[in-house]
Amino acid sequence: MANNNDVIGYIHSVDSFGAVDGPGIRFVVFLQGCPLRCLYCHNPDSWKFKEGQKRSANDLMQEILGYKSYIRRGGVTLSGGEPFAQMEFVKALLSLCREHGIHTAVDTSGAIPLEVSKEGIDLADMLLLDLKAIDPQECLSLTGQDNRHALQTLAYCEQTGKKIWLRHVCVPGYTLDSGKLAQMADYLKSFQCVDRVELIPFHQMGSYKWEYLDTPYRLGAVEPPSAEEMEQAKELFRTRGLNAV
Amino acid sequence: MQFKEGAWTQEINTRDFIVKNYTPYDGDESFLTAPTERTRKLWEEVCDLMKTERERNGVLDISTDTVSTISSHDAGYIDKDLETIVGLQTDAPLKRAIMPFGGYRMVKNSLEAYGFQEDEHVKEIFKYRKTHNDGVFDAYTDEMKLARHTGIITGLPDAYGRGRIIGDYRRVPLYGVDYLIEQKKTAKKEMILDIMDSPTIRLREEISEQIRALEELKVMAAKYGYDISGPAQDTKEAIQWLYFAYLAAVKEQNGAAMSLGRTSTFLDIYAERDLKEGRYTEEQIQEFVDHFIMKLRMVRFLRTPAYDELFSGDPTWVTESIGGMCVDGRHMVTKMSYRYLHTLTNLGPAPEPNMTILWNTRLPENFKDYCAKMSIQTSAIQYESDNIMLEQFGDDYGIACCVSPMKIGKQMQFFGARCNLAKALLYAINGGKDERYGTQVGPYIAPLKSDRLEYAEVVGRFDYMCEWLSKLYINTLNIIHYMHDKYCYEKLQMALHDEKVFRTSAGGIAGLSVVVDSLSAIKYAKVKAIKNEDGLITDFEIEGDYPKFGNNDPRADEIAVEVVKEFMKKLSRHTTYRDSVPTMSILTITSNVVYGKKTGNTPDGRRAGEPFAPGANPMHGRDTHGCVASLKSVAKLPFKYAQDGISNTFSIVPGALGKTEAEQVNNLVSLMDGYFEDNGYHLNVNVLKREVLLDAMDHPELYPQLTIRVSGYAVNFIKLTREQQLDVISRTFHEKF
Repeated sequence: MANNNDVIGYIHSVDSFGAVDGPGIRFVVFLQGCPLRCLYCHNPDSWKFKEGQKRSANDLMQEILGYKSYIRRGGVTLSGGEPFAQMEFVKALLSLCREHGIHTAVDTSGAIPLEVSKEGIDLADMLLLDLKAIDPQECLSLTGQDNRHALQTLAYCEQTGKKIWLRHVCVPGYTLDSGKLAQMADYLKSFQCVDRVELIPFHQMGSYKWEYLDTPYRLGAVEPPSAEEMEQAKELFRTRGLNAV
Repeated sequence: MQFKEGAWTQEINTRDFIVKNYTPYDGDESFLTAPTERTRKLWEEVCDLMKTERERNGVLDISTDTVSTISSHDAGYIDKDLETIVGLQTDAPLKRAIMPFGGYRMVKNSLEAYGFQEDEHVKEIFKYRKTHNDGVFDAYTDEMKLARHTGIITGLPDAYGRGRIIGDYRRVPLYGVDYLIEQKKTAKKEMILDIMDSPTIRLREEISEQIRALEELKVMAAKYGYDISGPAQDTKEAIQWLYFAYLAAVKEQNGAAMSLGRTSTFLDIYAERDLKEGRYTEEQIQEFVDHFIMKLRMVRFLRTPAYDELFSGDPTWVTESIGGMCVDGRHMVTKMSYRYLHTLTNLGPAPEPNMTILWNTRLPENFKDYCAKMSIQTSAIQYESDNIMLEQFGDDYGIACCVSPMKIGKQMQFFGARCNLAKALLYAINGGKDERYGTQVGPYIAPLKSDRLEYAEVVGRFDYMCEWLSKLYINTLNIIHYMHDKYCYEKLQMALHDEKVFRTSAGGIAGLSVVVDSLSAIKYAKVKAIKNEDGLITDFEIEGDYPKFGNNDPRADEIAVEVVKEFMKKLSRHTTYRDSVPTMSILTITSNVVYGKKTGNTPDGRRAGEPFAPGANPMHGRDTHGCVASLKSVAKLPFKYAQDGISNTFSIVPGALGKTEAEQVNNLVSLMDGYFEDNGYHLNVNVLKREVLLDAMDHPELYPQLTIRVSGYAVNFIKLTREQQLDVISRTFHEKF
């Protein structure tokens, strides 16, 4: 049997310093390829599959180990793209991290069916689950896919006690709506696995990538939310007992 | 309560006193107290004075008619009734003294620049009194003058005080001046050797000078009503005595960097005793510290606008080293370490004193957290590796200027500014000709074989050019320091040293990342030289990509290590003044802007005139793998070959450091633990929003205390030139999208 650690992944890029992608300082691996087409995506350059740099799990692990003194209180975060779209690679890398005692988080949209992602979820120490919308229809129009897999992922984490930092991007005119946010908070409040809710203000810093890729970008005129609006949004979650930051 | 006795009671040995008597503190900052009403009022008065100073083009007033010496001026006060710690450089606050022994021209030009009249009497004196500057130019060779003119060597202390000497100012409170004089007299008596040769004669003369300086120190203190001939009796006296000693140094010397040393844990011994015996309360002790730090923030030197272009922001480098570990395994953090840092809260942020944490991964977590917190709030702290220095320098070293370590009272350096290695690379390519002037400065080398630069050929030529440069450089320093000892000897600071002093010749390099990226481009991409009509290579065409320094890419990083090692090896092959041991720093402070200005297009694609990266930093925008990769690249530079320090500046927006304040603190601590465990040497930490800096450029009046760190030094942002402000902003902000 071929060594699993030789499995090749398609990597968009790596960042040696992530302080806002999971607890502590994290080495972040951005995997290439995503099944979703979110209107507000800030990394559209990571959509296409089978592109980017090909690297083996082993090779990447060697690089990560070089950063051990920095990530001791943090760890490794797999982001993307959608990491769970490259399951074999993700499993190999998560196992290697586990062997070396390095904490892992997977930043996922939950777009991958649970049957596929399950093993990856089990191997990760936690998930950063980006829930795009609580309403299936809205999720479909925002991302091109409804949220059933994401909600199943959430349920599975609750069942297995897997820690989740739930993420949600607040886009004015789309998702930044007190009704929708309250609905999401109501849905989430009973989940023990949701350790915190990170509300992320929409920004325009990815817009140049759309231009560069020659892809029509519909959110060009959307202004980032104000600090007050973000505070109000967080309050909706806090009043429901959720740890929103 | 008596202090625990030991070797220090038999001989001058400050370290022994500290180690036998200090109390490590593991707690957090909750014991600290707010500023007293007196402190608030006094600081307000100082702030008003500083405002007026800025309005008057940066100079409030000048004492033009009195040559500054330790006891030249009458006592001066800010507000006598409010001050608990007294003493000013002249008879009025922020009034600058003239110190012409380094160079009269510097004084004359400064007076002119700020609209003051040259004093006739002083002018007359310096017709007959030769200065350091006069001496240097009497001895300089044509080649040295030319190298200085083209800027391949810049910032040399040949017209002003060299600085970077730390007197052991703690000896004054610990022993009192009389005992110190007695010890010097004994030393002189015992120094009658077989042959009266130059070194012995010089040393005997120097000790006599030192004794005179100590006598003068007592006279100065007496003007403020203090008799400091005996040891200090309590905290207030200890701070006052120590400050008098430091004040005498800055009255006598206009040194480039006039650092304080490592005083907090020493003073804490007095404070602990006074707290226990009920002599003073915590609030009173903090008040003394606040007033002391206030004084340090008011140290001023008269300098020319040209000096300011190099080292902007009116720097004095009153560097104070805090923390670190004791050789016996205890950490050296005390309550006084906290009190010093707490002045950044009580008085607001400021660049001076240059608060320097001797970071050791073994320091108590509470203290690490507090430092990180203060860094996030003020950006006014720098960090240096005690992990590295403890081994080599023990537990009583301090940092002079930005990154230069030295054993306090036992070691000094001959400051040598730096030479421009990027320019040396261009000289190598152009066969010794300057790329801007076209003149032959370095040794002639035959033209390159082809327009396409070949790595081996360029490296060989660069090596040859560095051989020439290192020799010229050391010889230039030899002249400068010979003359400085002769005409501008630091008698007070050296009186607070042992007689047997370890000396280094501290060279330095600028433009490291430009050289590394240029060599990497030549090696891994195709670089074609472009000539102007005179056949001088003035530009380069790069085809393809190449690995850049700052990405933890061994291909580029190995070149960096090689460049550092090779240049240091070359420096150490030359004979130095006073048998000093050559060392090297990778540090620019703000001079990276001027160095860039004086350097043509480079093979890495940098355009002529564009600033270099500061210190050992990677070039702005080229470190694309995140800041940890960038830190790792810099941490690979070997301290063994750069023992005068390796400066690295790290800037980040608060949001990229973590979502909550607690996370930001934790992550900053992890980052520093990682860096220093990785053998990183120095880190400046800026936690700032880009928008704040942009706004401060346009509305300086709203940001009187905005402090940022630039390559080993903190400055008041609004005191930088516009060019330097833009450079700081354009530099990698490690922003996170």
